[in-house]
Amino acid sequence: MSLNMFVQHFINALGLGSLYGLIAIGYTMVYGILRLINFAHGDIFMLGAYFVFFATIQYKLPWALGVIIAVIGATMCGLLVDRTAYRPLRSAPRISALISAIGVSFFIQNLSVVVFSGIPRPVVQPPMLMKAIPIGGIRLIPLGLMVPVISFLLVSGLLWIVYKTKPGLAMRSISHDIETTRLMGVSVDRIIALTFALGSALAAVAGILWALRYPRVEPFMGILPGLKAFIAAVFGGIGSIPGAMIGGLSLGFVEIMSIAFFPHLSGYKDAFAFVLLIVILLVRPSGLMGEKQEEKI
Amino acid sequence: MNGTTGKNKTRNNLLTAVSVVLFVVFLSWAPGNLNGYTIRILNLIAINAILGLSLNLIYGMTGMFSLGHAGFMAIGAYVSALLILSPQQKELMWILEPIAPWLLNLKAPFTALAEKGGPLFGWLAFLQVPFLSSLFLAGLVASLFGLLIALPVLRLGGDYLGIATLGFSEIIRIMITNMTPITNGSLGLKGLPSYAGLWTNYGCLAAVLICMTRLMRSNFGNVLRAVRDDEIAAKTMGIDTFRARVLAFTLGCFGGGLGGALMGNLITTIDPKMFMITQTYSLLMIVVVGGLGSITGSIVGAVLVTTMLEWLRFVENPVSIGAFQIPGIPGMRMVIFSLLLIIVIIFRREGIMGMREFTWDWFFRNSSAQAEPQSKGGEAQ
Repeated sequence: MSLNMFVQHFINALGLGSLYGLIAIGYTMVYGILRLINFAHGDIFMLGAYFVFFATIQYKLPWALGVIIAVIGATMCGLLVDRTAYRPLRSAPRISALISAIGVSFFIQNLSVVVFSGIPRPVVQPPMLMKAIPIGGIRLIPLGLMVPVISFLLVSGLLWIVYKTKPGLAMRSISHDIETTRLMGVSVDRIIALTFALGSALAAVAGILWALRYPRVEPFMGILPGLKAFIAAVFGGIGSIPGAMIGGLSLGFVEIMSIAFFPHLSGYKDAFAFVLLIVILLVRPSGLMGEKQEEKI
Repeated sequence: MNGTTGKNKTRNNLLTAVSVVLFVVFLSWAPGNLNGYTIRILNLIAINAILGLSLNLIYGMTGMFSLGHAGFMAIGAYVSALLILSPQQKELMWILEPIAPWLLNLKAPFTALAEKGGPLFGWLAFLQVPFLSSLFLAGLVASLFGLLIALPVLRLGGDYLGIATLGFSEIIRIMITNMTPITNGSLGLKGLPSYAGLWTNYGCLAAVLICMTRLMRSNFGNVLRAVRDDEIAAKTMGIDTFRARVLAFTLGCFGGGLGGALMGNLITTIDPKMFMITQTYSLLMIVVVGGLGSITGSIVGAVLVTTMLEWLRFVENPVSIGAFQIPGIPGMRMVIFSLLLIIVIIFRREGIMGMREFTWDWFFRNSSAQAEPQSKGGEAQ
């Protein structure tokens, strides 16, 4: 493999990995606080992609406006999911909330089939993002660089919110002990809603970038990236935001590089993530950055 | 066990016998008198009940959150299909890549062995009864895969198990799609000879039902319930909880493989797309609606969910009310279905049966309690 090819693959992996990371953050934040796998997260990601598709391609709005509409729309959907399907089950056994999450995910997918139709639709990429820039024999597409840069900026912003602001403090406190936090006068439901909003907004951004990179949208596009992103979150250590990003990047590199070096395995591409999951669960169940959790008796 | 008096016991046995006879009469009456569509739904109910029961064993009885049933169904369906397809059919079907040579005539080595046989290998002749033994082998292979995944993954508890099993069923699907010489890839297998009628399907259901009831009444059933309700307490009592969970999981996978094989035989065509996550979701619905941890519940759930899914097809067809023509909405069926799942889990979490079981005592206590509300409600549970 030539150096040029390697650099191309490297940038590819960086892009894919940071998208996984962006989705994984939503999973890791919700899991850290509620101990709930938010199965609907992948579908919020799908909705983000659809919203931007309708705004910009169907209704010819400018891209900037389309992105804002998509992010707000998807965030609203995320909040709605929390309010209707998860909040009534806060005190229920965790397995009920999980089934509810599966139901919601299933519901959003099927509703999208009804509303948007199940046929995949092509996304027209803005030409300025696709014009290749040759740098020393390597052809770079602005989109390829844009994805990791935007992800990096968003994650820095999120880390600032979580570690430097009061709502962020409340979030971290809830993830340690929800009851005590409630006693301290924190409006727990509102903070949880904020968590869902942040996670959904990031998923929407990831959905938009995904739709640009792989130029099509369809109602079931969220399932596989969603599952893989959850695996990335587990790999990085669930509950940790930098962990989610590292997990996402690792997964992106594993997927792209293994196919780059072993092209005959490309049919099995989607299986790598699950193999990675089983390996990490066996070797280090708390993930790369996760704290080891003691079982309380 | 529950203080049934001798007189009641005779009554209960009699009633059970009568209902079994009635059901057998119904089964022999049905094929001549009901149309093909109804028969198909009856078959589907039996298969879904088998699948629901096996998922319930993993999920409701032992409390393991497994989302991998579609994968085990796929294994079962493919194993059974490959065993019962004739070599001629196989030769015609593999058009993308040639079929793996050893797969072409799977029966040949068994037949040869059985013929040479003698006392040692004579029993292999039963493999020549192709369909029933293919069902058994389907379950066996599925449970072998189940064991393989259980050993690493069941060491973890809870939610990770859900994701890992979901991932596993996805891996199975990817492998089936890619291992073209063995599975015919994404084209799937067509024209399976349809052996399973009402008798086979309900016979299998009866077998599964008897095994499940006996299992749950045995001490192992108590062990499983203990693991579900409080794993740490169960460990303290000296139960090898890991072993119990692996066993329950493997048995559940057997049911999954068996159900998948029957399903493939009913539809006569299988392809990897049939075994997507959606398949697991509808089984989940059966178990949840019926009641996690109730054998009766799974049967009730299977009847309800199967008939409801068929009945809901009307929303996808155009309806005309007077002068109005309401166009059918494709895909609406699954929207309503998933909405019902959410509503059930939010408003009636325990499902229809909860953890109760149907017994004749319960039946009579209920009806007599209605007749004379002052009575003490029969003997103690």
